[in-house]
Amino acid sequence: MTASDSARGTAVYGLYASGQSAQEAVNRLRATGLADRDITILSAQPMEDFEFGHIDKRNWLWWIACGGGLLGMASAFGLTWITEMSWPINVGGLPIYAWWPNLIIIFELTMLGAILATVIGLVVTAGLGRSRGIYDPEVTDGNILVGVENPAADKFEELQKALESPAGARVKRLPTSGQDRR
Amino acid sequence: MSHPAHQQINRDLIRPLLQTSWRFYVLVVLPTALVLAGLISWFSQMFFGFGISGIRWPVFWGFYVTNFVFWIGISHAGTLISAILRLVNAGWRRPVTRCAEVITVFALMIGAMFPIIHLGRPWLAFWLFPYPSERLIWPNFRSPLVWDFFAINTYLTGSVLFLFLPMIPDFAVVRDRATGPRRRIYSVLALGWRGTPRQWHRLETAMQIMAIAIIPVAVSVHTIVSFDFSMAPVPMWQTTIFGPYFVAGAIFSGIAALLLAMAALRRFLHLEAYLHPVHFQNLGKLLLVMALLWGYFVFNERLVTYYGNEPAEMAVFWRTQRESFAPLYWTMVICNFVLPLVLMGIRRFRTITGCIIASLGVVLGMWLERYLIIVPALGHKYLPNSFGTYSPQPVEIIITAATFAAMILLYALFAKVVPIISMWELKAGEHVSPDLIPPATEEHPLGELHL
Repeated sequence: MTASDSARGTAVYGLYASGQSAQEAVNRLRATGLADRDITILSAQPMEDFEFGHIDKRNWLWWIACGGGLLGMASAFGLTWITEMSWPINVGGLPIYAWWPNLIIIFELTMLGAILATVIGLVVTAGLGRSRGIYDPEVTDGNILVGVENPAADKFEELQKALESPAGARVKRLPTSGQDRR
Repeated sequence: MSHPAHQQINRDLIRPLLQTSWRFYVLVVLPTALVLAGLISWFSQMFFGFGISGIRWPVFWGFYVTNFVFWIGISHAGTLISAILRLVNAGWRRPVTRCAEVITVFALMIGAMFPIIHLGRPWLAFWLFPYPSERLIWPNFRSPLVWDFFAINTYLTGSVLFLFLPMIPDFAVVRDRATGPRRRIYSVLALGWRGTPRQWHRLETAMQIMAIAIIPVAVSVHTIVSFDFSMAPVPMWQTTIFGPYFVAGAIFSGIAALLLAMAALRRFLHLEAYLHPVHFQNLGKLLLVMALLWGYFVFNERLVTYYGNEPAEMAVFWRTQRESFAPLYWTMVICNFVLPLVLMGIRRFRTITGCIIASLGVVLGMWLERYLIIVPALGHKYLPNSFGTYSPQPVEIIITAATFAAMILLYALFAKVVPIISMWELKAGEHVSPDLIPPATEEHPLGELHL
C-alpha cells in the first residue's frame, strides 16, 4: 500500500473481547492481501498465547545492551587509568594502577552502561514518546484492537467486512486525528 | 463489551489514585510530623555541631552508619527479589513485584542520605564525589567509599528504571481514565504507549535484560558495603565472610520489609483480592530460608573467631556474647533466628499475622545486627587508647525514627499516584492460554491462516 492510493488520516478497526476473535480478524485481514506491517494490533497485555502476539518479535535489544556494557567498561577503564596516571597516589604499596580495586569500578560502570543502553534501546525501538497512529481507550479495558491505518480508499468496504466477521466484533471507521486520544 | 476481569482490575487498582479517604491523610500527617522533627534535628546538628550527637572518639560510626547499612540492606527487598522472580517466571510474583521494587528505590534514597547526614558540613558533600579536582583532592579508586559511590548510584539508577519501565503501560491505563491536569501528567509518563506487539516485546525483553543485569549489581552493592568494614583493620571486621554475610542479611531484611509493606497495602488499600495469603506464605518460606542462612553465617563467623582466639577479637566477641552488648546480641538472635524459625517453620503460624510478627522481629533484629557489627568493634580496637563507649543522643534517635517515617510517607505518596500493583502483569496472568497457535507456513512465517 502506498501513500498515493491510501485515504490519508483515516482508519478502520475492530474491537474484540477475546484473543481468538482478534486472531481471526488478523487472519481475515491477511486474506485481503495486507501484510503484517500494515495491520495495527493494540492490547492491554502481551498476547503471546496467540500468533498475532508474536508479530515483530525479533529485536536488537540484547545487542544494544551488550554494546552499552562495552561502552561502560571502556569508560570505566579510561576514567580509572587517566585519573590514576595523571594524579598518582601511593596507597599502601599498591601499584599506581591497581587492577583488583579498579575492577569494581569497571564492573559497576559496565552494568550501568548495559542498563542505560537497554532503556534507550527500548525507547527508540518501541517508538515511545512518539504519539502516532490509531488508538482507542477501550483497549485498556481489555479489548483488543485490530485495524488498518490509512487504508486504500477502494479497500475500505472489504476491510470493514473482514473486521466484522469474527464473533462479537465492534467495528469503528473513524478519522485517525479524531480518534487519537493519547 | 469489555473483559470483566480487566475492568475489575482497573477499578480496584486505580481507585486509590482517584479517591482519597481520611485514612490517607492520617497516614500522611503522622509520618510528615516525624520527618519534620528529623529535619529539625539534622539542622540542629549542622548548627550546633556534632557535639550534640553521641559520635566521638573512638566510635565515629554510630547510629548513622548503622542506618546506612540497614537501609541499603532493606533496598534488596525489591529489585533483587523481583528480578529473581521475573527470571524464574514465578506466576505468583505478579502482585508482588512493584510493591517490592518501590521499597528498593526509597530505601536506597534514604540509605544514601546517611553518608551526607554523617558529614559535619553536608554542603561540602561534593568533595566526596570521584572527579579530578583543582583543590588537589582527587578520587582514590582504591577506597571502598568510592566503590560505594559507584555501586549505590548504579543500583539506584538501575532500580529506578527497573521500577519505571513496567509502569509505562499502567500509566497509559490511568491516562485513559484521568481528566484535567492529571491526564496531561499521565500522558507524559505513559510516553505515548499504545500496546502494540512491538512495544510489548521490546518491554518484556528490556525487563529481562534489566533483571539479569540488576541481580549482580544488587549483590555487588551489599558486598561493597561490607568492604567498608572488612577492608579496615578492626577486630572482627577483617573477614572474608562479610561479603556473602551482608548480602544474605540484606535479602533477609528486604523480604521482611516487603512482607510488612504488603500487609499494610492489603489492609489500607483493600487489596485482599490481589494479595492473597498464598503470597505471604510463599514469601514466609523465603524468610525462613534466609533465617536459616543467616544463622549459618553467624555460626561460621562466631566459631572461626572463637577458634582463632586472637585477643583483640575475643575481647569484642565476649562484649557481645556475655558482657555489655549481650542483651542486644541475644535479642538479635531471637528476632532473626528463633522467631522466624518458629513462626515460619510451623505451617499453622505461617499466616499473614504470623508473617507480620516475624517480619517486625527481623527488621528489628537486622537493625541490631548492623549496630552490633559497628559499635562494639569500634569501641574496643587493638590499643587501650582506642577503648571507649558510645551512647546515642536524642538527635540521632529522632533522625533514625524519621527515616522510618520517611519510608512510610514516601510509600503512601507513591501508592497515591501510581497503581501499586502492576495491572498489565495481573491481566497477563488472568489470560487463559488457548490452543489456537496456528502453525507457521512459508507464506505466513508467523502462522497459518485460519478462516
